[in-house]
Amino acid sequence: MSQESYPYYFDEQTVPETPDPGSTPKPWGRTSVVGKRQPRVDGYEIVSGRAVYPSDVSLPGILYGAVLRSPYPNAIVKSIDTRAAERMPGVLAVLTGSSPGANIAWSYPNDVKSRLFESRCRYEGEAVAALAAETAYQAGDALAAIKVEYEVLPTAVDELKAAQAGAPLVHDGGNRAKSPEGYQRGDVGRGFAEADVVLEQNYRTECEIHTPLERHGCVAKWDRDRLTIWQSTQGVYRIQAQVSEILGMPLSKVRVIGQYMGGGFGSKLAADKETIIAALLAKKTGRPVKVFLSREETFLAAGNRPAANMRLKAGVKKDGTLTALDFTCVATGGAYPAGGTGNTDWQVKDLYLCPNVRTELSDFYTNTCPSRPFRAPGHPQGAWALEQMLDALAGAIGMDPVDLRMKNIPSFSQARPGNPPYTSTQLGKCLTEGAKAFGWREARSAAASSGKDPNRRRGVGVACGMWVNGAGAPPSTIIVKLFPDGSVSLNMGASDLGTGTRTAMALIVSEELGVRPELIDIENADTATTQFATPSGGSKTIPTESPAVRAAAIHVKQQLLAMAAGELKEKTASLAMKGGTILSINDPSKKIKMTDVAGLKRQGLIVGIGYRGPNPANKATNPFAAQFCEVEVNIKTGEVRILRFLSANDSGRVISGLTYDSQVIGGVTMGIGLAMTEARILDKNQTGKIVSGNWHDYKIPTAMDVPADIASLPIDFPDNEANTSGAKGLGEPVTIPTAAAVANAIYSATGLRLTSTPVSPIVLRRALAAAAKETSKRDERK
Amino acid sequence: MEKDRKDNNGQGKKGISRRGFIQLVGAGALATTVGDVGKPLPAAAAQVAEKGEMVRVSLQVNGRRHRFKIEPRWSLLDVLREKLGLTGPKQGCGRGECGACTVLIDGQPRYACLTLALEAEGKAVTTVEGLLKGDELGPVQKAFWDNDAMQCGYCTPGQIMAAEGLLRVNPNPSIEEIRRGMSGNLCRCGSYAHIFKAVEQAAKRRRTV
Repeated sequence: MSQESYPYYFDEQTVPETPDPGSTPKPWGRTSVVGKRQPRVDGYEIVSGRAVYPSDVSLPGILYGAVLRSPYPNAIVKSIDTRAAERMPGVLAVLTGSSPGANIAWSYPNDVKSRLFESRCRYEGEAVAALAAETAYQAGDALAAIKVEYEVLPTAVDELKAAQAGAPLVHDGGNRAKSPEGYQRGDVGRGFAEADVVLEQNYRTECEIHTPLERHGCVAKWDRDRLTIWQSTQGVYRIQAQVSEILGMPLSKVRVIGQYMGGGFGSKLAADKETIIAALLAKKTGRPVKVFLSREETFLAAGNRPAANMRLKAGVKKDGTLTALDFTCVATGGAYPAGGTGNTDWQVKDLYLCPNVRTELSDFYTNTCPSRPFRAPGHPQGAWALEQMLDALAGAIGMDPVDLRMKNIPSFSQARPGNPPYTSTQLGKCLTEGAKAFGWREARSAAASSGKDPNRRRGVGVACGMWVNGAGAPPSTIIVKLFPDGSVSLNMGASDLGTGTRTAMALIVSEELGVRPELIDIENADTATTQFATPSGGSKTIPTESPAVRAAAIHVKQQLLAMAAGELKEKTASLAMKGGTILSINDPSKKIKMTDVAGLKRQGLIVGIGYRGPNPANKATNPFAAQFCEVEVNIKTGEVRILRFLSANDSGRVISGLTYDSQVIGGVTMGIGLAMTEARILDKNQTGKIVSGNWHDYKIPTAMDVPADIASLPIDFPDNEANTSGAKGLGEPVTIPTAAAVANAIYSATGLRLTSTPVSPIVLRRALAAAAKETSKRDERK
Repeated sequence: MEKDRKDNNGQGKKGISRRGFIQLVGAGALATTVGDVGKPLPAAAAQVAEKGEMVRVSLQVNGRRHRFKIEPRWSLLDVLREKLGLTGPKQGCGRGECGACTVLIDGQPRYACLTLALEAEGKAVTTVEGLLKGDELGPVQKAFWDNDAMQCGYCTPGQIMAAEGLLRVNPNPSIEEIRRGMSGNLCRCGSYAHIFKAVEQAAKRRRTV
């Protein structure tokens, strides 16, 4: 059959064997479509400007909402006067905590309660009032006309100061957010005694803010008792559950839609106050209301990766055997219980073989915005400490940093109870193949010999990482529909954050059915029309959804083959599919085009349903990464040019090659931001207010800051024990080692350990000057 | 003076740097007109509007003329999005930091969020939608798609317009010139390395078309 006569299916593609109903499909062997570098299936909509993001949604009669926020990090609202604002042109509704229906409880973890509009403002940016007007300009005018009288209180915005006795209190019970979290295995004292070298060092990473390009917010619309919300979110079902609970509505009456969304990085996993505010304003006015935070608000009230103050003591034998790791971290989840120190110690506990490990994590409240999960929460912070320490240990025992890491690779998870083995770990291959592709040894010796210009020094660095999640998990329900003309639609609840979820899932359907990916229509992230999915995050979307998608496509095949079996008078088990045709394995003359199957025509549609099965018991599934980086440091100016990067990733099977690479370069770019440019700066000693609350003062990497040469090296090793697609998560592991790799490269170039982020030219120049002074002092003494 | 302005605008044959871009747009906003680079700014728009007063504005967008009554403070971006219903130009910041709203004004990339709609009167405004011929993508759009020069896609229309503007003045940019030309557009997903490839490929395709 030629392509012209039957263009929906790949001509010669024999699709994988169809398992009997109820049995687990075999792992794919050589794939035809999965792993291909297919341009993303929704690329046309994006590059044409036609993709409609929630912030693009416009409806007849739409109003624009805005939220008034506390300008003080710690203050009590004494009075609010909204009378002038209510009289402003275009204003249709004003809400405060005393408005009917707006006195709503707002819950944080550990049973800590607050209000939707809180009168005790514990962070700059706490919601105080809100309104809706005909235009965004009018809403802004009216917001400025609300008069609020505050009693301003002293602030505790620095976690180390908040920890001290006598610090201003964020909550009456004291600033300790919870009792310190401890972990211990073996005996670190004995471990240090056994070591040939023991090093100890403080490290700090600064607070980062997510700032996705699309701001946080939604459009809310009521049809009597039914609420529809178009929300920029990582998970529509999570939003639906929250809204239903907070407003006391049946789930069936809350529809959340978020097909496109402009980035989240963890900050859009859940609904925040603006969603409820939009719903209340829409109810009050009887009109649809759009509430999107201003860019400045996203710096104040949309979460962050908190700063981490870490101390790491490590012992190693001369042969490279790690004997002990002792790690402490002090951090803050902000003004309410939130992430804080969470998982800053995971890599210390699990990445390298080490019998004696102790960690202690302490969280304090501060008058700052509650943190939110931010791409691999805790991990880049922990890697900043651990991976610089590994580098220093390697130096101290005269070992190549790659070799030291190779020496300590575990095959099982040491931090989990029962020490379960990994379903797969290719960390060793990440290191060896990465080093080979990067030209590590050559680059390392070239960096060591000084170049022509003594003011420009080259250095190379390596760092590794693992991600605590990345296995995916049930539940997920997927529907694949086969139309009588052979075209296919895929229906899934999961959001595509830009990671290429839609593309990857289309490739899986294509693999199983042989249909061309561009013929697959995808509907996703709509609670009314797609099936339940947990939020996209935690690098779990591909390993969660892909087995369910595969199962749904197989379910379609099973039904189709059963129909064809009757028509061909063959057993279902002896039928195969190739190029859109069903044929008998025993007698190839017995065949029928899919579109000729009478049962399909009669039924009009085959609906395949797939569920995500359980993960294997007593096993751990984690993705791993090794990254290599080369820098050039200008000794005169302190500027660092990152010349090239290579990321070798073990994330199981590659499903979608091109979007995989995009994830890798994106993670590296974000990690460069952590290392070099990003810091939330607070006016610690006086007002406590943020002073870098915009993209000019809070610097995310631009096109000038990243190398063009960021190589992605997938260690394409299907983890067939983990799930039926063999894929593990990727989005988070790619950013975990990056900052540490940069720091190690700077050390290699300069001999200086920069243990605090961000390594700006000023910081580096000061360190270089101090080192030069030290050297000249030493020379004088001689 | 004329020479000075040219320097201040940061505009050279090789594209516009991030800083130059901001200054250029900023200078236009201050003078309430978008002057052609190097030409004296016309002193025409000296009328004073009362608070809340609506003014007429006529804009040429993607080759078609549209007339609106707006408050004089409305940005070009808000008119494109709210009045014309265009979804290509995005508002990432509304303060000239991210470039998600980048459009071409008389062929040059500008931040539509920092341009008053009134300033664009009499100029040709091109949005990402204007690069399409019917349903067919332009070469820069195609190159962005082929190279996966996007992730969440929210900054992408602005990136494409910045690339289009760069290639119109510099059809054969070096990698450093591409960096400079694209440096006024933020991508938080971090797709720059693929964006560079896309711009290189688009440059090649434009030359062969």
